[in-house]
Amino acid sequence: MKTVIVCRCEDITEKEIVDAIHAGYTDFEELRKNLRIGMGPCQGRVCIPLVKKILQRETGRKVEENPTVRPPVVPIPLGMLTKGWENEE
Amino acid sequence: MKSDVVIVGGGVNGCALAYRLAKKGLKVILVERRFLTSGATGACGAGIRQQWSTKENTKLAIDSVKHFEKFSRELGMDIDFRQGGYLIINHDEKEVEQSKKNIKMQRSLGLDVRFIDRDEINDIVPILDVEGMHAIGATFCPTDGHANPFKTTFALAKAARRYGANIMTHTTLTDIVVENHRVKKVKTTNGSIETDAVVNAAGAWSKKIAEMVGIDIPNTPFRKEIMVTERLKLMFEAMVISFKDGIYFSQQKEGHILGGLPIPEEREGYNFMPTFMFLTHMAKTLTRYVPSLKYINMVRHWTGFYDVTPDARPILGESEEVKGFIHCHGFSGHGFMLSPKVSEVLAEYIADDKKDEILDSLSLKRFKTGKFTREKSVVG
Repeated sequence: MKTVIVCRCEDITEKEIVDAIHAGYTDFEELRKNLRIGMGPCQGRVCIPLVKKILQRETGRKVEENPTVRPPVVPIPLGMLTKGWENEE
Repeated sequence: MKSDVVIVGGGVNGCALAYRLAKKGLKVILVERRFLTSGATGACGAGIRQQWSTKENTKLAIDSVKHFEKFSRELGMDIDFRQGGYLIINHDEKEVEQSKKNIKMQRSLGLDVRFIDRDEINDIVPILDVEGMHAIGATFCPTDGHANPFKTTFALAKAARRYGANIMTHTTLTDIVVENHRVKKVKTTNGSIETDAVVNAAGAWSKKIAEMVGIDIPNTPFRKEIMVTERLKLMFEAMVISFKDGIYFSQQKEGHILGGLPIPEEREGYNFMPTFMFLTHMAKTLTRYVPSLKYINMVRHWTGFYDVTPDARPILGESEEVKGFIHCHGFSGHGFMLSPKVSEVLAEYIADDKKDEILDSLSLKRFKTGKFTREKSVVG
């Protein structure tokens, strides 16, 4: 469990997730904010379903909630954003 | 259920107060509608600043920093506190004049802060484009800094629980029962609690909590937007901020650049959605300050609320109309950085009957008498 990486963006192992759940972070959002899972470039596409399974397994509770999705979903260079909408000015 | 104190709101201020009161031996129940840090604390920019234009804010912030310095050890959990300073950019003579006034007041309170010339700016933050920012100088306080708001709040909640506090998440306050102008009981979705004191630390929702006891508070919720980039090699330690452009940004310990600025079109109200307008505005201003960032990816963008008062300073202390109803809101975007001292002052008032003079200058009454000074050092 120590060597299984669940969140590849933030380098979080399965053991770290299990430890945090046992330390009382059983709310998906609190778990996420404590470990930064889902906050890297992939924005949780890789790890969220896995974390959900682990949370379900460890708490015995059916986890139905999903963490908040933040825009822009895929990373965008700041230089591109400075151009704004195509029809602006 | 029965409790000495009921705290409404599981943000940093509610959790800090729960910790301090439980440590003093009081029975404390904290109720939070969603999860801990689900409001402004979880969306905040993580900055800790002592450079203010009003004495009250400066004092609260200086004392808060002393607590932040000790928190990791005291609470038994690393809160990632680090002191890289705050660099406040000045763009014109009027700003410089105000800065010099502020510095004089801040230094009289013992703060290490100084005015720095345009040429010195790059010694502190090398990646800044002094020309592009239109900077003519700046103020710098090296003991300002950052901490992780999630870790700080979780650490405070954990310590509070160790001292016996009952922190109830996913529990909504539905009513406050008042008898003979005194708080008697609160009703929640998980049962009623008999209590002598209720602390309103509900951030942007404080107005609704105060309405339950018939008190009108002059707070308004304002959406604020923040974004964060991908991780980069560590390049600077200070928070860069400009009151004129409204921008603030810093590099977090993990390497992300995190920053925000208000959009000119912003209106008050509970608007949760992030806007594309912000992204354009932010990207334009940030790349003007640091042109090399145009090649860097923005990965996440979110919103949070400022609970804004007419003078941009918090409302603290017991209500005169309803005994036992205690105000702890209106932080106007600065709740995280002021929370260590604010919670200490309120805990001493509630548990030890000790009244710090700051509770007089920051009482709700100031808006009725009109005796208040507006905090000028704010973004947006």
